[in-house]
Amino acid sequence: MPGTPDKKSVSRPRIGDRIFSNLTLFFALLILLIIAGLLVVLNIDAWPAIQKFGISFITSISWDPVREEFGALPAVYGTLLSSLIGLVIAVPVSLGSAIFLSELSPVWVSRPVSFLIEMLAAIPSVIIGLWGLFVMVPFIRDPIEKYLGANLGFFPLFQGPPFGVGFLSAGIILAIMVIPIITAISRDVMHAVPSTQREAMLALGATHWEMITGAVLPYCRSGLVGAVILGLGRALGETMAVTMVIGNSYKLTASLFSPGATIASKVASEFSEASGDLYIGSLITLALVLFGITLLVNIIARLLVWRSVSVKGTGE
Amino acid sequence: MQRFRKNWFAVLAVILVAAVGLAGCSAPAVAPAKPPAPPVNLTGAGATFPAPLYTKWFDEYNKLTGVKVNYQAIGSGGGISQITEGTVDFGASDGIMSADQISKAETKSGPILHIPMTSGAVALIYNLPNIGGQLKLTGDVLANIYLKKIVKWNDPAIAALNPGLKLPDAAIAVVYRSDGSGTTYIFTNYLSKVSPEWKDKVGNATSVKWAGDIGGEKSAGVAGQVQQNPNSIGYVELAYALQNKLAVATLQNAAGKFIEPSLAATTSAAEGVTLPDDMKVMLTNSSNPDAYPIVGFTWLLVYVNQKDQAKGEALVKTMWWAIHDGQKYTEALSYASLAPSAVVKAENAILSIKYQGQPLLSR
Amino acid sequence: MNSTGGNLRRRWMNRLMLVICGCAAAIVIGFLVLILGYTIINGVSYFNLDFITQAAKPVGETGGGMREDIFGTFILVGIASIIALPVGLMAGIFLSEVAGDKAASVIRFSADILAGVPSIIVGVFAYALLVRPMHSYSALSAGVALAIIMIPVVARTAEEAMHLVPNSQREAALALGISRWRMILGVIMPGATTGIVTGVMLAIARVAGETAPLIFTALGSAFGVQGLTEPIGALPLQIYRYALSPYSDWQKQAWAAAFLLVILVLGINIVVRLVSYRKK
Repeated sequence: MPGTPDKKSVSRPRIGDRIFSNLTLFFALLILLIIAGLLVVLNIDAWPAIQKFGISFITSISWDPVREEFGALPAVYGTLLSSLIGLVIAVPVSLGSAIFLSELSPVWVSRPVSFLIEMLAAIPSVIIGLWGLFVMVPFIRDPIEKYLGANLGFFPLFQGPPFGVGFLSAGIILAIMVIPIITAISRDVMHAVPSTQREAMLALGATHWEMITGAVLPYCRSGLVGAVILGLGRALGETMAVTMVIGNSYKLTASLFSPGATIASKVASEFSEASGDLYIGSLITLALVLFGITLLVNIIARLLVWRSVSVKGTGE
Repeated sequence: MQRFRKNWFAVLAVILVAAVGLAGCSAPAVAPAKPPAPPVNLTGAGATFPAPLYTKWFDEYNKLTGVKVNYQAIGSGGGISQITEGTVDFGASDGIMSADQISKAETKSGPILHIPMTSGAVALIYNLPNIGGQLKLTGDVLANIYLKKIVKWNDPAIAALNPGLKLPDAAIAVVYRSDGSGTTYIFTNYLSKVSPEWKDKVGNATSVKWAGDIGGEKSAGVAGQVQQNPNSIGYVELAYALQNKLAVATLQNAAGKFIEPSLAATTSAAEGVTLPDDMKVMLTNSSNPDAYPIVGFTWLLVYVNQKDQAKGEALVKTMWWAIHDGQKYTEALSYASLAPSAVVKAENAILSIKYQGQPLLSR
Repeated sequence: MNSTGGNLRRRWMNRLMLVICGCAAAIVIGFLVLILGYTIINGVSYFNLDFITQAAKPVGETGGGMREDIFGTFILVGIASIIALPVGLMAGIFLSEVAGDKAASVIRFSADILAGVPSIIVGVFAYALLVRPMHSYSALSAGVALAIIMIPVVARTAEEAMHLVPNSQREAALALGISRWRMILGVIMPGATTGIVTGVMLAIARVAGETAPLIFTALGSAFGVQGLTEPIGALPLQIYRYALSPYSDWQKQAWAAAFLLVILVLGINIVVRLVSYRKK
C-alpha cells in the first residue's frame, strides 16, 4: 500500500481537505474564467465594428479598408465551403477506416494502424501546410484541376482557371487533418457496441458486411454523427495549413478552384497589419463569429458523443 | 507504490526545473562571447519592402556596437498600427500615414516622424514560360489587369504593346498582397495617378479592396505565388525580383519611354522632386524621362518624445548610422541610396527627437 | 436457384465492402507516408550541423541556422508548461476526485469548449490581454497563449487517468485514516502517473507545433532569446515565414526545420505511446 499515512494529518483532516478542495475548485474555475475572459476581451475590441455594422456585418460581402466597409460573408462562406469539402472527403474514408479497425482487423493489425493514424493527427498544422504548398498544390493544379475542368467544366463547381491554391486544396488539407479525429472517435464508438448485437445478427445468417450495416452502425449512429461534427469543429477553426494553401482572396464564387479565404486565414493574415479601430474591430468580430460557430458545433458534438458513451456504459 | 510516488514527483520536478532553467537562462548563455555591451534591445516591425536591408543593417550594427535591433517584417500596415499601439520601439512603412492614423498616434504619444531610410522600386513580376521576350506594359493596361477588365494574356491591349511575343490564350492570374503593405501603397498610389477609374473604385492605401485572383502574404508570398502559378502577374519590390531572377516587365513612364526597373531608374525618380521638410512625399509617376514610374521612399516611424532614455539614445544613434554609414550596403541589396538632400532632411528629423525635452543627439 | 444467386451477390457485396474499408485505412496511411516522406527526404537533404548550431543570417548571406528558434521553442513550451501543469492537474483532480456530478459536468464541458476554441482566437486574445497593455511582443504572452491551449488537454487527461485508479485503493487509504487530500496526492496521483505523464507529454507535443497563436504574440527575433518580456523566435513560426519566402535558401531551411519539428513532436508521441502500451 502507498506510504503509511502521516499521523499529523489525521488530527485535522477537515481543514486540510477543505483548503485542498477549494484550491482545486479555484483552478477548475480558472477554465471558466479563461472562456469568460476570451468573450469579454474579444467583445470589447469588436465593439466598434459591431456597433457600426450590426447584423449586416454577416451578410455584407465587402472588405474595403480604404472606405472602412467590412463584411463577413465571403469568409463565412469560405470557412463553411472548405470544411464541407473536407468532410465530403473525410467522412467515407474515416468511417471505412474505423470499420476496418473496429470490425475487420485482428489486434496485431489494428493496433499499429491506429498508431499510425494517431501519428497523422500529431503532425503540426504548419508542416501539413508546408507539404500542401510545395507538394500537393502543384499536383492539384495539374493534373487534377485541369482534368476536372476539362471533363466536368459544365458544372459551375469546376469552372474557372486552375490556380492550385484555393478552396479545393484547402478542403483536401482539412480532410487530411480531420480524418484521424473522426476515425479515432468512430472506432471507439463502434467498439462500444455490445457484441451481443453482432452475434445476434450473425446467428441470423447475415454476412459480415450486413452485420456491420444492420447491427453496428445503427446502434451507434448518434456517436458517429458526433464524431463527424467534432471533426467539423476542428476543420472550421484550422488556421495555418489553410492559410498557406487557400490563396487568401476575398470573394464569393461557386468555383472550387478559386482562391478564397476562411475566417481563420483572414484573421491570421491581416490581424497584426490592421490599423484603425474599425478594421481591427471587424477582424475581431470575425473571430467572434468563428468562436460562435465552433462553440455551437462543439456543443452539439459533445452531447451526441456523450450520449453514445452512456450507451456504452449500459451496454457492458 | 512508494516508489511510484517518488517517481511521479521526480518527473514533475524534472519538468519544472528544466522549464525554469530554460526560461531563466537568457541570451548571454548562448550568444557568442562579445565585449560587454549595454543591454539595449530595440524592437521594430513593419514594411517588408526594406526588410532585407534592415536585417543586414541591424546585423552589422550589432557587430559594431552590441545594440540588438530586432526587426520583423509584418507589413507596413502593421508598422503603423503597432507603433500607434506602442508595442514596438519604431515602426516602418513604405506608405505615408493617413491623417486619421497620424491623429490617432499623436493623441496617444505625441508627434510622430517619417524618417526616410532608402528608396526602392516596385517591380511587376510575371510567370509566362516561353513567350520569347520581355513583357511591356503601360500604366493603363496594368490598372485594367488589376481591375480585372483585361482577363486574358492575349487581350488586344496587351498584344498591341508586345507584337513580338507569343502571348498564351490563358487567364491572367492576378496576384496581390493580402496583408497591409507599403508595397501596395506605392503600387496603388501609382495606379491612382495613371487611372481615374482605379482612383475612384479602389483608391490608395496599404490595403485595398482587390478584384484580383490570388492574395499572397508579404512580398515573399506574392513572389512565391507568382513562381508557383503559371500565367500569373504580381508586384514585389525590385530587390525580391532581382534576388530570385524573376522576369520583370518594362513599364511606360510619364515621358512615354518603356523603362526596366533598375537602381539607376529608381534613383532617377527621386531627381527633380522637391522634398518637403517632413519628407512625406511619393515619388511615383516621375516626370524624369529616365525614371521608372513605381518608386517610393521607405520610412521609419518614430515618436519625437521618447519615453525611455537608453532606448531613445540607441534608436537615434542607430538611425544616424543607417542614413550615413549604412547607405553603403544599399546597392548590393538592390536599394537606391538616399540622395544628399534627403540625408540632410533626415538628419534634421533625427536631431529633433527628444527625451524629457532634451535632444538625444546633437551634431 | 434464386436464393443461391442472392447469396452469391451478398457474399460478393460483403467482400467488396470489406476491401473498400481496408482501402480507406490504406489511404489514411498513404497520406501519412506522403507527408512524412517528403518532410524527411527534403528535410534530411537540407539538414546539417550549422542548422542547429548557427543563428539566422541576413538575406543574401549563405548558411546560418535556426539555433535561436529551436531554443525559443523550448522556452515557450517551458513557460506554457509552468502555467498549464498546475492549473490543468488541479482542475483534473477537481473533476475526478472533488466535484459532484453537476459541478464536474459544468467544468468538463467548459474544458471541452476551451479545447475546441481555434488556436488563432487564443492568439488574438493573448495579444489583446498581454501584448497591447504591456507595450511589447513577448515570450511571456506567447507562453500564456500556449498554456491556454494546454490547460484543457492536461485537465481532461489527468481526470481520465485518475478515474482509472480502482476505487478499492481510495477506500483502503481512507480506511487507514488519512485525509482525502493526502489520499489524492499520495495514492491516486501516483497510481495515475503513467496516464498523467502521457497526457502532459502529448499536450507538450501539441503546443510545440502550434503556430497560429505565436504570430501576434512571439513576433520572432533576429537576435535570439532576450528575456521574458522581449519578442522571441520559434521553430513553427520560422517554418511558416520561411515557407512563404521567395528565397530558395529559406525554403530549404523551412524543410529542415519541419524535419526537426516532426522528429521532436512525433518522437514524443512515439515514445509516450510505446511506454504506455507496455505498461498496459
